[in-house]
Amino acid sequence: MTPELMKAGTARFERHLEREAQRRAALTESGGRSAGYARHAVAGEVDVTHGRILYLEDVHVSFDGFKAINGLNLDIAPGELRCIIGPNGAGKTTMMDIITGKTRPDKGTVFFGSTIDLLRHNEPGIAQLGIGRKFQKPTVFEQLSVFENLELALKTHKGVKHSMFFQLDSAQSDRLAEVLHTIHLAGSMRRMAGELSHGQKQWLEIGMLLMQDPKLLLLDEPVAGMTDEETARTAELFLRLKGRHSLMVVEHDMHFIRAISEKVTVLCDGAVLAEGTLDDVQADERVIEVYLGR
Amino acid sequence: MQATTSSTPAVPAVQLPGRRPLLTRKGWGAFCAALLAVCALAPVLNLWVPPDSAFHLSDYAVALLGKIMCYAICALAMDLIWGYTGILSLGHGLFFALGGYVMGMYLMRQIGTEGNYGSDLPDFMVFLDWKELPWHWMLSDSFAATLILIVAVPGLLAFVFGWFAFRSRIKGVYFAIITQALTYAAMLLFFRNETGFGGNNGFTDFKRILGQPLATQEMRMLLFVLTGCTLLGFFLLARWLVRSKFGRVLQAIRDAESRVMFSGYSPLPYKLTIWVISAMMCGVAGALYVPQVGIINPGEMSPAASIEIAVWAAVGGRGTLIGPIAGAFLVNGAKSWLTVVAPEFWLYFLGALFIAVTLFLPQGIAGLARKLRRSGGDARPLAGAQAEGRSPAAKEETRA
Repeated sequence: MTPELMKAGTARFERHLEREAQRRAALTESGGRSAGYARHAVAGEVDVTHGRILYLEDVHVSFDGFKAINGLNLDIAPGELRCIIGPNGAGKTTMMDIITGKTRPDKGTVFFGSTIDLLRHNEPGIAQLGIGRKFQKPTVFEQLSVFENLELALKTHKGVKHSMFFQLDSAQSDRLAEVLHTIHLAGSMRRMAGELSHGQKQWLEIGMLLMQDPKLLLLDEPVAGMTDEETARTAELFLRLKGRHSLMVVEHDMHFIRAISEKVTVLCDGAVLAEGTLDDVQADERVIEVYLGR
Repeated sequence: MQATTSSTPAVPAVQLPGRRPLLTRKGWGAFCAALLAVCALAPVLNLWVPPDSAFHLSDYAVALLGKIMCYAICALAMDLIWGYTGILSLGHGLFFALGGYVMGMYLMRQIGTEGNYGSDLPDFMVFLDWKELPWHWMLSDSFAATLILIVAVPGLLAFVFGWFAFRSRIKGVYFAIITQALTYAAMLLFFRNETGFGGNNGFTDFKRILGQPLATQEMRMLLFVLTGCTLLGFFLLARWLVRSKFGRVLQAIRDAESRVMFSGYSPLPYKLTIWVISAMMCGVAGALYVPQVGIINPGEMSPAASIEIAVWAAVGGRGTLIGPIAGAFLVNGAKSWLTVVAPEFWLYFLGALFIAVTLFLPQGIAGLARKLRRSGGDARPLAGAQAEGRSPAAKEETRA
């Protein structure tokens, strides 16, 4: 570094100090503190400062007089893995329909974080906000390859024009490769999704959810039709996701629930019947009556 | 994805499939051959080879092929909306006819005072005792405006209709029936003299286009070449569309629309875009058809005409681009031959063909060709062994 450059640098630094002093002199009496705006809502960002990422209160839905959901109250903490069990017709799938915007409740509030009212959004909007959903029946794009399935699910702009000119960039490719690995389908990425086994389709759908990078995952019977080994792997994956994502898992497989659960909610007739650890709810008389004991 | 990065630190390198080319080298070869045949071979064989030579392409053949190429554009447009997006339209004849009518209005004005009544107005208006042009004929004397309206009119109608239909999530057979009703209603409207489209006679007796006489061999050839180039251009456009991510979203909508929505895509703009593009393509086809055939009337809007477009696409093979084009050529070739040889059997043949294709060839002739090629490939020892890892090029080929 030449002396000239050093001198120029010093001069610049002095000018900076001078400007800084002028700025301070111009400040008001409050001592230059910036104004406080408290917490403000950022559009599209999930506010979890109250410790709840999903919040359902007094939700009612009826189909032709049948009360599918009847005064449901439920909340989920950020990073929680919640298992939902309940007999057939308890309203588990309907609840997911409400959260994802497929079904409008007759009454009640559904909030994502403390600022986003989910009832004001439609399905694609809710997906963009960061809620991913896996269906009971694995739903993948059968005529597209595994790779293309994941590529479509990737979190990016989802407009028409953007899709026409879309190209994977290297960061997105890396992420895609990672997810391919996570779901153990790296070897079959060129295969049509329709050719996959049932368990593999389940995995692919989970992989598509991961590509969306959702904050909350709703999983409807994720291990149905999987082999024991695949089920164990799924449990492992969910435990890994726990903490970074919030998960809501509806399942009938008690072994699976035992492997992953911390807190279990039992739904019955459209409302929460019991909540607690798996052992607690299994010991609950009412639960045994409606569900476990038969 | 943050969730998996930390837990699987060392991801073994995966070779992701690269970007697929617009056409394979073989595909480009075939494309150039087709372009050459349309732009050079056909004109030479028709205009310069003497009529008594075996290689002479007759005027009849030029007219027939030109017409079929217009139909092929419709089949291609139908494939984009039905084959790729899974939305069956039984009203594409309407968009075709609208493009044709826009062109027909221009051609009627080009007749000038040479009509039977020697008036500035088209003959049918004189016959109806109209004194001046109705408002919707205002732009009909401008060729530039005509070119714009050829795509704008079908495009706008498709946009408005599609907006309401897709927003209400009308799908499947309900959508098909509504489109059928739409084209039928339009036909009834155009049949009426008061609408100012020549009633059931439509427009005919065209004399000139851009001041040049229409009925010459050279002009016919020019229109033929133009139609061929349009068809090939649309093929490339369609190819570009379906191999982009946009095209894959369309196929995803066809296969599992709810998954598309829960992946964050709103299906409405996607459906609307391809629906409008498809309608515009049909409009262009109609505009190219009218000067070659020399007549346009509401018959083109009949429900049967629209159903035929769907038949071409189904016979050729939905979900492939080359299939519907081949289907249009095959079915219409058979039609022009059979209606001469045994006119009374044509409709039976068409019905039987449709049933046969539905029952035995759900993928159409393109699917049959693919199956034959694949079984041929399996016969060779090495090709069969790579069933899973079919090379991308091979896959590309079968898809094209």
